[in-house]
Amino acid sequence: MATLNVLILVCLGYVVLLFGVAFAADRIAAAGRGAWLRSPLIYTLSLSIYCTAWTFYGAVGNAARSGLEFVTIYLGPTLVMISWWWGLRKLVRVGRSQRVTSIADLISSRYGKSNTLAICVTILAVLGGTPYIALQLQSITLSFSIFAEADPSGFYREGSSVFWVAAGLAVFAILFGTRNLDANERHHGVVTAIALESVVKLFALLAVGIFVVWGIAGGVAPMMDRIDASEIGQWNVNAGRWTTLIFLSAAAFICLPRMFQVMVVENADEGHLRTAAWAFPLYLLLISLFVVPIAVVGLDLMPEGSNPDLFVLTVPLSQGNDWLAMLSFIGGFSSATSMVIVTAMALSTMVSNHLVMPIWLSTQEGSGSVSGDVRNVVLMARRVSIAVIMALGFFYYRLSGGGAALTSIGLVAFAGISQILPALVGGLFWRGATRTGALVGLTVGFLLWIYTLLLPGMGGALMPDSVLQNGPFGWGWLRPQALFGIEGMDPMVHTVMWSLSLNTVAFCVASLLSFPSPLERLQGAQFVNVFDHSVALRGWTGSVAQSEDLMIMTQRILGAGPAQEFFQAEAEQQGGRSSLPEPTPAFLERLERELSGSVGAATAHAMIGQIVGGSSVSVEDLLAVADESAQMLEYSSQLEVKSAELSRTARQLREANTKLTQISEQKDSFLSQVSHELRTPMTSIRAFSEIMRDTDGLSSEEQTRYAAIIHDEALRLTRLLDDLLDLSVLESGRVSLNMGGDTLRSVLDRAVSSALAGTSQTLTVRRSKASERIPLRTDLDRLGQVFINLISNAQKYCDADDPVLTISAHDVGGQVVIDFADNGSGIPPEARSMVFEKFARVGVDKAGGAGLGLAICREIMQRLGGEISYLPGQGGGAFRVRLPLAYQQAAQ
Amino acid sequence: MSPDEDHQPSGARPSLFLERQSYRRRRLTDAARLLPFLGAALLALPLLWPGGQDTQDGVPLSSAIFYIFTCWAAMIVASLIFGIAARRMVARDDSEAESDRWQR
Repeated sequence: MATLNVLILVCLGYVVLLFGVAFAADRIAAAGRGAWLRSPLIYTLSLSIYCTAWTFYGAVGNAARSGLEFVTIYLGPTLVMISWWWGLRKLVRVGRSQRVTSIADLISSRYGKSNTLAICVTILAVLGGTPYIALQLQSITLSFSIFAEADPSGFYREGSSVFWVAAGLAVFAILFGTRNLDANERHHGVVTAIALESVVKLFALLAVGIFVVWGIAGGVAPMMDRIDASEIGQWNVNAGRWTTLIFLSAAAFICLPRMFQVMVVENADEGHLRTAAWAFPLYLLLISLFVVPIAVVGLDLMPEGSNPDLFVLTVPLSQGNDWLAMLSFIGGFSSATSMVIVTAMALSTMVSNHLVMPIWLSTQEGSGSVSGDVRNVVLMARRVSIAVIMALGFFYYRLSGGGAALTSIGLVAFAGISQILPALVGGLFWRGATRTGALVGLTVGFLLWIYTLLLPGMGGALMPDSVLQNGPFGWGWLRPQALFGIEGMDPMVHTVMWSLSLNTVAFCVASLLSFPSPLERLQGAQFVNVFDHSVALRGWTGSVAQSEDLMIMTQRILGAGPAQEFFQAEAEQQGGRSSLPEPTPAFLERLERELSGSVGAATAHAMIGQIVGGSSVSVEDLLAVADESAQMLEYSSQLEVKSAELSRTARQLREANTKLTQISEQKDSFLSQVSHELRTPMTSIRAFSEIMRDTDGLSSEEQTRYAAIIHDEALRLTRLLDDLLDLSVLESGRVSLNMGGDTLRSVLDRAVSSALAGTSQTLTVRRSKASERIPLRTDLDRLGQVFINLISNAQKYCDADDPVLTISAHDVGGQVVIDFADNGSGIPPEARSMVFEKFARVGVDKAGGAGLGLAICREIMQRLGGEISYLPGQGGGAFRVRLPLAYQQAAQ
Repeated sequence: MSPDEDHQPSGARPSLFLERQSYRRRRLTDAARLLPFLGAALLALPLLWPGGQDTQDGVPLSSAIFYIFTCWAAMIVASLIFGIAARRMVARDDSEAESDRWQR
């Protein structure tokens, strides 16, 4: 008979063996050999971490109590595995492309890297994991107690043994799970050890099963008869529990942190899923195969009231088969330890990445690159969190009294962790799922789970019986196990139904009502459409000076060797001669991924952000940049407008300048003209007056002629000066109009007769007098002056052999329009713009006036409210005079 | 050969539909996707059986075990077949010539 001491020795030996395997596997993996370490077989075996002590002991106990119901716990995962094409494939791809380190990391990453959400999931996972850890403690303690009962020299005390089991498992998990801090959270050693443990527990259970079927019952057929004859010999399964438990185990299989760890985080090749899709269900089938026979034989052989959870152990013992019992014990121990190692690893990763590191980072604000060794902080955080998690499990065991069946404890854990399912599935398949939705859904499901299942399960210490019976404050509809007054449901079905359905409803409604941040939407698109684009979208910018800081920080997290290797490889890839790579966005992104393997995505992002000076290009930043560039675009378009305006002004200035130059030239030429004009009469006046003064004996006839010449010249001078005076008066605007009424015809009559009077040149004036009967009310003398000027101009400048001036008047759109067109060659185009300027004369040769006539005309017409313009295209020189009709109307 | 395989398009015209091979692959994927639903239906079937501790005409547990484990094994075998087929598909993608030979 194996004594307790032997048992403890065997356990220690087994643990040493596991350490040896893990160590060897790590060495082989580090040496780059051992492709089999990443084979589909190891992957599949590591998945069987799903089968814990609950399976090993609890399944038989469950079968002894409720028949085939135990099988639901394995059918759910089977369905999940064979539907890998639907979900697991996507989950694994997302996990690999986003480098997630835990399920909390995945959820946080999906919903915009929200650390709040990560903390929620972490707390949920820790609380959900607590009953599960307690279950392992209970099963190991129970198995010890079986041997202790049989050992008369034993000094066994249950209370202390639970404590030592918990402490031992904590130390074991710490030694195993936190030996090193792997860059990608892949633990070859641990995975290999777990694979070995899977083989051990399967072998042990099969051995007991074979012993029971062939050793005790005597073959398959007698065994079947015995089953039918037993007290559980009929198909009697609660339909609600059957479907609920299949669904629940399927959900928990995806959501359990340790399953996520081995299935997604430790996954080395997506193709392994293809093998695991059939191999893992096969494993589950083999594990379940002998459960009912063992239960039936146990019910037959063991005395009334013995714990059916321990039939795997007690049946061989009762038959005196100590070695088989020992093997069975090791199988159970193995199931418990493997579960505890991986769970502790997964949970401690979550706790350190999402709880401890953010707090630590915030206390080290702004000095991420100088302060203490991050590696040590991370490792210490993980060790402490493992201890805390084990302590929680211990207290749960003490509080729940350790009396519950293993299955019921396990199901409590399952129901708790399944609350992640809506957020997870929604996040993977629905782009509209938002952070708020996930938070609300998780909170609702979590609270319902605590209220309806966890607290009632922990006995009177935390929830008084009165609440259980009558509801809080006597509100019957809030009774924890009969919400909304629906009674008679199995508590498990009740909890799963209410918590998951309300969780899902809350998740959907809050998602529909809230609006996701840009980062969330990006991540959502990347998760949901992971097969379309598996490239992460994050950007960093930095300067060379920061490379060193990054190097220092990376060394602290990854360790000196790997960090230097990584930086060296990056530098080589960039083709630089320096040993430090340029902090290009691509490099920073790879570095962040590398770091996120150790400390989680959000933390890695924050750490790099601290060093690169917060110049990470978050979507908010991108939006700000977009805003800025939009502003700059607007500004530059404003500048463009202004510059166009400027160039327009410059062109106008140039034109004005040209005009000024022309005018100044005209002025110069006018001055010389004026001096010439003044000089000519002056000269003749002087000459003739000198003749008259100095020459004696001039005949009176001659005197008269000379005097007439002097008079004429003086008149000419006076006329010139009058013109100048007239113009200056008009221009200064001090002219007073002498308004009068007459018809256009009489004004024209007078103008024509006075213009043509006393000239030798012949000019034929053609008029249509009928159309000239337009009454005018204006300054008639001034208007006449304009007409005279135009007619005498035609007279002077018309170069036709037989000059003809056609005067036509129309009434156009409320204006009187009078055209003066001659049949000469007209004014050359280049001179047209100048004719109305002062001192402008077309051609210097045809001297006749001072070039003030048209300028005066223009000034007069402006005073009269009309205008005068050159009229091109008339076959000769033509001017158009417009008078507003208002003056005409005023005349009537 | 199935009868519809005789109606190969004679011309070199590009087909409106997927190649036979791609078509088969998609249908195989469909089958793999449908498998869990079939499995779930099979596992839900026992709920229709008469139950109860007292009834004499209840289904004996041995039959129930036989049924459930047979369904379970069938699912595993189907999944294994799909896994192997999927692997062959992937392998065939690598060498087009081989796939042609297989097709004819």
